[in-house]
Amino acid sequence: MSALEKVRAVRGTAVVVPGNDIDTDRIVPARFLKCVTFDALGPQLFYDERYDADGAPKPHPLNRPGAERARILISGMNFGCGSSREHAPQSIHKAGFRAVIAGSFAEIFFGNATTLGVPCVTLDAEDLAALRAAVEADPEVEVEVDVDARQVRAGEHLFPAHLPDGARGALLEGRWDPLAELLEANEAIEAAAHRLGYLPKGASA
Amino acid sequence: MNPERPKNLYEKVWDAHAVRELPGGATQLLIGAHMIHEVTSPQAFGMLDELDLPVRMPERTFATVDHIVPTHSHLEPFEDPLADEMIRALRRNCDRHGVTLFDLASGRQGIVHMVGPEQGITQPGTTIVCGDSHTSTHGAFGAIAFGIGTSQVRDVLATQTLAMQKLKVRRIEVHGELPPGVYAKDVILHIIRTLGVNGGIGYAYEYAGEVFDRMSMEERMTVCNMSIEGGARCGYVNPDATTFDYLKGRPYAPSGAAWDEAVARWSALASDPDCAYDDLVRIDAREIAPTVTWGIHPGQAISIDESVPDPAHAADEAERTSIEEALAHMQLRPGAPIAGTKVDVAFFGSCTNARLSDFVEAARVLEGRTVADSVQAIAVPGSQLVKEECERRGIDAIFRAAGFEWREAGCSMCLAMNPDKLLGDQLCASTSNRNFKGRQGSPTGRTVLMSPVMVMAAAVTGHVTDARSLFAQPQEVPA
Ligand code: SF4
Repeated sequence: MSALEKVRAVRGTAVVVPGNDIDTDRIVPARFLKCVTFDALGPQLFYDERYDADGAPKPHPLNRPGAERARILISGMNFGCGSSREHAPQSIHKAGFRAVIAGSFAEIFFGNATTLGVPCVTLDAEDLAALRAAVEADPEVEVEVDVDARQVRAGEHLFPAHLPDGARGALLEGRWDPLAELLEANEAIEAAAHRLGYLPKGASA
Repeated sequence: MNPERPKNLYEKVWDAHAVRELPGGATQLLIGAHMIHEVTSPQAFGMLDELDLPVRMPERTFATVDHIVPTHSHLEPFEDPLADEMIRALRRNCDRHGVTLFDLASGRQGIVHMVGPEQGITQPGTTIVCGDSHTSTHGAFGAIAFGIGTSQVRDVLATQTLAMQKLKVRRIEVHGELPPGVYAKDVILHIIRTLGVNGGIGYAYEYAGEVFDRMSMEERMTVCNMSIEGGARCGYVNPDATTFDYLKGRPYAPSGAAWDEAVARWSALASDPDCAYDDLVRIDAREIAPTVTWGIHPGQAISIDESVPDPAHAADEAERTSIEEALAHMQLRPGAPIAGTKVDVAFFGSCTNARLSDFVEAARVLEGRTVADSVQAIAVPGSQLVKEECERRGIDAIFRAAGFEWREAGCSMCLAMNPDKLLGDQLCASTSNRNFKGRQGSPTGRTVLMSPVMVMAAAVTGHVTDARSLFAQPQEVPA
């Protein structure tokens, strides 16, 4: 496996999806869970809020021209609550977003997103409101999520951001996806499996 | 003599399966059995292919198909092309990687959490994972079993290990004897109601005390199944003679000399009598009554003779809004008794309550009665083996004669990924485990969770009804 990218900062334009308690079913409607790959989930992001029953676009921040280039998603409190299925963070990732800024995150969503290398940082309420205002005033403003310094910059504005040490360390050191580390321990896995009788005697997997 | 300090089962199993500490502080944990199904595995196989990795231990990986399977008929191709594609993807992946699949034609297909125990794959002292939150069911056998996300399914496929943080352990003792007409489902609904839907976050639950000691394995599974609804990712009962009797002779259980060795090893894994716990809760069995939900999460539950809460009496603003939201969705009046609420659909199925003993007990009270005209009633065995045994005993005939539809095995109306769905704002008396808004397929559909016998009472009367007043109690009261 190739080494993971060290996620120090994410830069790009941002989109604001306002609201609190945005759950995983709103992020990607349940009927899209019937899929064998996550590949199609990008365009299905917030589908029922973006399109009407006939598939015609509704007014939505993600339907604005230029939104498809955005790399940073901004929302409200308790973002990503609901089910534990990974379809929601996958959908955000496949749609091109590489960081999420919110007032707070649901725990499982936060973990699933971090495992994709997508930093989820929180801002204090006033700062979040100021950031949203700045982005809504100028959708082309460059936003930077600085994982290392734990801050968010939007044009001239600079806001302190919160990110737990564990997630920050994993992103900075390129350990956000555990698979490479898990694969390293091949001999120890083999030994433990034999000790517990999980492999037939003498066999090697 | 054991020179080490006394430990609980969770610690023993964790320590035995710890491969190493990872640099970030998590533990790399070896997995004894990996169960997979069609919804959360294909993406993980796709990720494996992208990395060109094989399945590390295909002989420790077991698959079945349950969520998307239509239950009116298992005939293929399915009408829904997406469902059809999912079952074909599962077959392809299992075939390519040498994974055992309990497919529709095997006679052993069923809800993933029924198949593991039936086949004897679920064993004491092991670690079991599945990309499904109700994996906690397998804890009934004294296994450490929990649900995982799809990237973690990939991790287990690729390495048979996971990066995990150790949980705390809360022992929940239920003492004494359950009153007549009170079942395992009532016990777990009562526990969740008492400790809250978030009460178990960060904990594994150890269920203990005379009530669990006396329970059959099927009843223990009902309880462990809903641990996750109380926020606990896993819940378990220490293995005992009941556990060993259930497993003996099952296809994947050890046999001959290996069986005796296994029983000795399993017995030693039970929590030591003087071990420590992070928390202890004691409940008196006599306090538990037939319990039903009135709201939109499993913690919003009351006993059948209580009234739904009134937001005016809420402790705080947050509670008031959550009661109001729940009552509005459920179309219930504040302070009204829950008994008498009109029921449109009776659903008997799911990995919580669709095992043989559930059908036997339900058939006992249903025999000679008929479903109310206003109710659509469906009975969905959790596995093909349960269905076959019910049919051998004539239980299907009792259900059909009463007016139930008798279906093929699958998840059915527990969730909206197959043709079985509520319509509009129908209210469903359900043996399943989740009453979230929209869970049963209609955004305005309403779910009232209860035990199988209580669903029979609802089906027969057309209302939420206290089964104790309707049906005679058995001589031998099941735990
Ligand atoms: S029966 Fe329901 S809870 Fe159980 S595995 Fe199926 S969908 Fe999940």
